[in-house]
Amino acid sequence: MFKKTALVLALTASFMLPAAVHAEDMIVGLITKTNTNPFFVKMKEGAEAKAKEMGIELRSFAGKVDGDNDSQVQAVENLISAGAKGILITPSDSKAIVPAIEKARAAGLLVIALDTPLDPASAADATFATDNFKAGELIGQWAAKTLGDKAADAKIALLDLNANQISVDVARDQGFLKGFGIDLKDAKKMGDEDDKRIVGNDVTQGSEEGGRKAMENLMQKDSGVNVVYTINEPAAAGAYEALKAVGKEKDVLIVSVDGGCPGVKNVKDSVIGATSMQFPLLMASKGIEAIAEFAKSGKKPANSEGLDFFNTGVELITDKPADGIESITSEDGLKKCWG
Amino acid sequence: MATDNFEAVAASAGGSVASFEPEHVTLGERIQRFLHNYPTAAPAFVLLMAVTFFYAIIGGKFLDPFNLSLVFQQVTIIGMIGVAQTLVILTAGIDLSVGAIMVLCSVVMGRTAIHLGLPAELALLLGLTAGAVCGAINGFLITRLRLPPFITTLGTWSIFFALNLWYSESETIRSQDIAANAPLLQFMGISFEIFGARFTTGTLALFALFAGMWYALNHTPWGRHVYATGDDPQAAQLAGINTERVLLSVYIVAGVICAFAAWTLIGRIGSVSPQAGQSANLDSITAVVIGGTSLFGGRGAIVGTLLGALVVGVFRNGLALAGVDVLWQEFSIGLLIIVAVAVDQWIRRA
Repeated sequence: MFKKTALVLALTASFMLPAAVHAEDMIVGLITKTNTNPFFVKMKEGAEAKAKEMGIELRSFAGKVDGDNDSQVQAVENLISAGAKGILITPSDSKAIVPAIEKARAAGLLVIALDTPLDPASAADATFATDNFKAGELIGQWAAKTLGDKAADAKIALLDLNANQISVDVARDQGFLKGFGIDLKDAKKMGDEDDKRIVGNDVTQGSEEGGRKAMENLMQKDSGVNVVYTINEPAAAGAYEALKAVGKEKDVLIVSVDGGCPGVKNVKDSVIGATSMQFPLLMASKGIEAIAEFAKSGKKPANSEGLDFFNTGVELITDKPADGIESITSEDGLKKCWG
Repeated sequence: MATDNFEAVAASAGGSVASFEPEHVTLGERIQRFLHNYPTAAPAFVLLMAVTFFYAIIGGKFLDPFNLSLVFQQVTIIGMIGVAQTLVILTAGIDLSVGAIMVLCSVVMGRTAIHLGLPAELALLLGLTAGAVCGAINGFLITRLRLPPFITTLGTWSIFFALNLWYSESETIRSQDIAANAPLLQFMGISFEIFGARFTTGTLALFALFAGMWYALNHTPWGRHVYATGDDPQAAQLAGINTERVLLSVYIVAGVICAFAAWTLIGRIGSVSPQAGQSANLDSITAVVIGGTSLFGGRGAIVGTLLGALVVGVFRNGLALAGVDVLWQEFSIGLLIIVAVAVDQWIRRA
């Protein structure tokens, strides 16, 4: 009897042993805002590719809609109970997710925020993100330089995301205005500026449909609009359709942020004047590497110098370079775009 | 003191016979009855009030032909989806999957034309077929498995949307690529000017769709059957109407209309985006409700939905022109819905 029990124990132990030794049994979680936004789809692809290469098991989760905190909390809980080594998360609600993240960190997981910082940023072990303010600033500077003297009496339409004043939306919008040389008033708030050059703000939900409608409405307010800032490239494509419908597409400068492949192609086709490219694949693969490193040596990733996050970089894409602003062409951009 | 003079008593009594008309009709009752007989009167009145109001605060810019035609362009998609939704709601059902059907169909049209390189005509036909299939799935689940429409379409909403993401690979097909390879798909976006107003072929198609559906509902046996099935399915069955077949046909027609709206959507936004139309289900219900069609089935008019969509369009456009924050635009649309349902309930008591 004793022999038999010992044999069973030994067998069981031999099954369990590799689990403790081999890296391929390491679980890493990826939680994105939604499965619909191509930006997060690419992020997931980047994480999957890296995880496969390193022999790590990736478990992906996403909210049902943008702002769905409940699903993200559940995903964090599931990952803790699955014994994951770390979590990469793009928070839908930067504040509301914090208690769940604290639980994960208390359980010994490394948590890295991707793209969107937590509030406070220190609630995560690290943040890998685009400097969205800088992304906006680059296209603002480009637009001002490109207009030259005419920048003094430009008419600007601002096509934002939605009414929630979320951090990424605000940072891009305010960055653009600063780059263009407009007094921001409160840099944490969109729409409080009183510069006469601003025709108005409208929302797009980041989609073509929303971009078209917002552009139509703002042009009704002032048909002289000649600079259009857009939160992302789908909104820019919609705005262009609205301009084309009234034959004004040649008189207007459209700028955007994202760097998706369709967007970069639109730069090439002169639909968009300039766009700031961000790097979701890089964010995700760096995140996987950081968690693997943490599992091996316990070392946590460090922030970029002078910032409270690790800057994954931003690059200005335009075929009409402006003096003193570093940029790359759409041709080179196409090699770097997400897909 | 008794009297035998019965004739005299009879002569002194009122001469009127039993009647459904109360003697004193208040103004409120009069309005109530008028709305009961003309369900489109309420949204028409609200539309008129809204236009007057925005003209008063914004001025000529609001009433110029270009801006008014812009409102038509902006409500084209929701107007079309609203036609599908009205049909379903007339049968006391609801279709939460309309937006998902539309975006799935637009992706089918775009992918088959651009990625598979099929002729645009065939791609369009495949898109319309996809709409019919989606509608048939809804109709089958509702009539054969006897599932409630709300639950059924809640489920198919997710299913169709997931299929859309899978088939599209979450990738947008650009306007320029469609213009170069399958311009037919952008046909509904062609615009032309009449006296300063700018219309698109899509807007004309919207009017045609409403006219066609108005005729079908009011002047064909099928239309009468749809109303009868929605009002009282058992009575309709006793009257010899095959209510299951009517319901199935309603969901299929709704699916095809959604596919038609998908074609129009490609025209409007130029590109094929798997993220489009996410709020179309709720927006279409809003248009139907404000348009005076009862959520309880059997009562309402298709033209009301066009008016309902226009009311929402005028509110959004007017408030945006007046520089009102988006937050308060949403707030006022919400109020409109509540008022519309309250009016519907009040009319029902007439």
